[in-house]
Amino acid sequence: MNIVVLMKQVPDTYAERKLQAGDNTLDRDASDAVINEIDEYAIEEGLLLKEAHGGEVTILTMGPDRATESIRKALSMGADKGVHVLDDALHGSCAITTAKVLAKALGTVEYDLVIAGSEATDSRLSIVPALVSEALGVAQLSGARKVTVDGSTVTIERTTDTGFDRVEGAVPAVVSVVEKINEPRYPSFKGIMAAKSKPVTTLSLSDLGLSPDEVGLVASTTTVESYEEAPPRAAGTIVKDEGNGGAAIAEYLASRKLI
Amino acid sequence: MSFELSADHEVFRKVVRDFAEAEVAPHAAQWDRDHHFPVDLIPKMAELGLFGLVVGEQYGGSAGDGVTGSGPDFTALCLAIEELGRVDQSVGITLSAGVGLGINPILAFGTDAQKERWLPDLVAGRALAGFGLTEPEAGSDAGATRTRAELVDGQWVINGSKAFITNSGSAITSCVTVTARTGVIPGPSGDRPEISAVIVPSGTPGFEVQPAYDKLGWHASDTHGLVFEDCRVPEANLLGARGAGFKQFLAILDDGRIAISALAVGLAQACLEESVRYAKQRTTFGKPIGARQAIAFAISDLAVAVEAARGLTYKAAAMKDAGRPAAQVKQAAAIAKLYSTEAAVSATRVATQVFGGYGFIEEYPVARFYRDAKILEVGEGTSEVQRMVIARGLGLPVE
Ligand SMILES: Cc1cc2nc3c(=O)[nH]c(=O)nc-3n(C[C@H](O)[C@H](O)[C@H](O)COP(=O)(O)OP(=O)(O)OC[C@H]3O[C@@H](n4cnc5c(N)ncnc54)[C@H](O)[C@@H]3O)c2cc1C
Ligand SMILES: Cc1cc2nc3c(=O)[nH]c(=O)nc-3n(C[C@H](O)[C@H](O)[C@H](O)COP(=O)(O)OP(=O)(O)OC[C@H]3O[C@@H](n4cnc5c(N)ncnc54)[C@H](O)[C@@H]3O)c2cc1C
Repeated sequence: MNIVVLMKQVPDTYAERKLQAGDNTLDRDASDAVINEIDEYAIEEGLLLKEAHGGEVTILTMGPDRATESIRKALSMGADKGVHVLDDALHGSCAITTAKVLAKALGTVEYDLVIAGSEATDSRLSIVPALVSEALGVAQLSGARKVTVDGSTVTIERTTDTGFDRVEGAVPAVVSVVEKINEPRYPSFKGIMAAKSKPVTTLSLSDLGLSPDEVGLVASTTTVESYEEAPPRAAGTIVKDEGNGGAAIAEYLASRKLI
Repeated sequence: MSFELSADHEVFRKVVRDFAEAEVAPHAAQWDRDHHFPVDLIPKMAELGLFGLVVGEQYGGSAGDGVTGSGPDFTALCLAIEELGRVDQSVGITLSAGVGLGINPILAFGTDAQKERWLPDLVAGRALAGFGLTEPEAGSDAGATRTRAELVDGQWVINGSKAFITNSGSAITSCVTVTARTGVIPGPSGDRPEISAVIVPSGTPGFEVQPAYDKLGWHASDTHGLVFEDCRVPEANLLGARGAGFKQFLAILDDGRIAISALAVGLAQACLEESVRYAKQRTTFGKPIGARQAIAFAISDLAVAVEAARGLTYKAAAMKDAGRPAAQVKQAAAIAKLYSTEAAVSATRVATQVFGGYGFIEEYPVARFYRDAKILEVGEGTSEVQRMVIARGLGLPVE
């Protein structure tokens, strides 16, 4: 079974993130770049399915030059090859454009299953997997905490407030996963060394038959018009409990129109 | 000349750091408090390949097959020890001793049959092994070994005791290599003992593991005294040539010293990071203590010591990886170990001073670091022994 994992490189979640003046896009050089956390779970799930069913795991990413570092990390975890969509014109692409590009790139690989994370930590739209499945015209199974493949049927468990839904679809399909699904492995030393000789294909827009005016800031369906820094947190109010603590808290909440 | 680690080494360091921060750091204080040896961590460390960095592929390691592949990577091992030691010295020594004292003697001197029997489990983290050299009456003077092994009816019969043996009594310890007198070698200036090394499987009748020591530090490391009473093992368990035991352990110790040096670098680095963080945040007399030269300069000196120790350590490791002559590696190892371990002990004194009263409270890691540091100046050859080795390397007629 051949699997493609959609992996996004994002700024380190623990670092301060900045937008750049001019086009209001994320300043990706301002902080360390890491694999989007949930995508590590998607990679792990791909590797587990490969270990159970055979086949290959391909990492597909659209991102700037240094996204190769993240591809190498995924390869050192055990993925077999990488596809990197790299083109300056992609800068500022919206979710719809991103999905269009990813779907085109998926046309260059053979796959039975596409696995994505359920959300990227930088822009948190949670929409790319759905858009990709739409563009490909295949089933979408989102928010999986468990994935099983039996012949040409893929079944997932999707967590709900009260329990879980069992969702079934025919392969090929796009599955997005949540963190409950597994425990991603660390790359091993051997894996790091082996990753160096694994193939990574770089694709430009023209390789995908796309023109620069179909992607990037110019083609985006949404734009960031303006932004403001979050105001610094104001000092808290300390209420000393001198027997009237409950009333004081209620008064405070009422003054904020919270109760 | 390059002072940079390779890109592969940097990537590997980052992986071990991520592992150390996620899987070790959150538990370090608790394991220390409970004197708990984290046996479940060993297979996880092995999944990263940490026990196989100097071992060939046929035993599950990453050091190639002798013809192709990258060969043993001692530098990578030092990086792993440093990064684990940065959050938990006990875990760092467990790796250092696991490879340096458990795996290395068997790898370097074992027969194919011995390697096949012991190495795969040790590399996969299903087992740990120890090396028993020190005795209650023979430490720095390891040649004074009193333990005896006598060949009777095709078996070695071992009697004696060992002291302070790391990884010797954990739930997964598979064997301990012990040095013992196996006879006397007559010489012109009198007889001297013939010392050999023998592999003793855990659980062999007559091999008693004593309760764990109550140590000042390294609470989460496994250390026991061992007693042998008519303990019988097959003749084939002799490790290396008969009578070569003394020479063998001297060779093993050189690697071990570089590893301990890396462990010390991890500790000093942790002290530096903790000190910088705390000095920025702790305010006295209206200013952060880091604004006072007394504190800032002490931390500056700490940064210098960390860099110097790291440089000496990785220079020695690079010499080892480059296959430089044994005498040169020995000298570099002793220099690195001496400097780094003394720097680490000083670093814990500085860090606890920066923390003031809180530095004396176990809630803060620097208190644990302070307790963990002292042994670095003692294990795998005391500072005095390192000075002895260095002086001899300089050709001085030191006694
Ligand atoms: C500063 C900033 C400025 C932006 N500016 C604009 C703008 O001007 N106009 C606009 O419309 N949008 C803009 N975006 C949104 C940006 O286009 C999204 O990052 C992108 O569309 C992907 O959506 P997401 O990150 O929310 O992915 P999600 O839908 O949250 O991601 C879910 C999963 O999809 C997969 N995935 C997502 N992206 C990729 C990728 N590139 N390669 C491979 N797999 C991927 C991963 O598996 C991921 O886990 C901006 C975002 C930021 C942070
Ligand atoms: C936690 C822990 C783990 C250990 N793990 C192991 C292990 O796995 N395997 C193992 O075999 N051993 C192990 N050891 C033992 C350790 O290597 C010895 O303690 C060390 O070599 C010192 O030996 P000693 O304790 O007998 O001290 P001694 O040799 O009695 O030394 C006492 C003091 O005298 C000094 N001294 C001795 N001789 C001279 C001299 N000629 N000139 C100047 N000064 C001298 C020493 O430097 C020291 O300061 C461990 C020890 C500890 C505490």
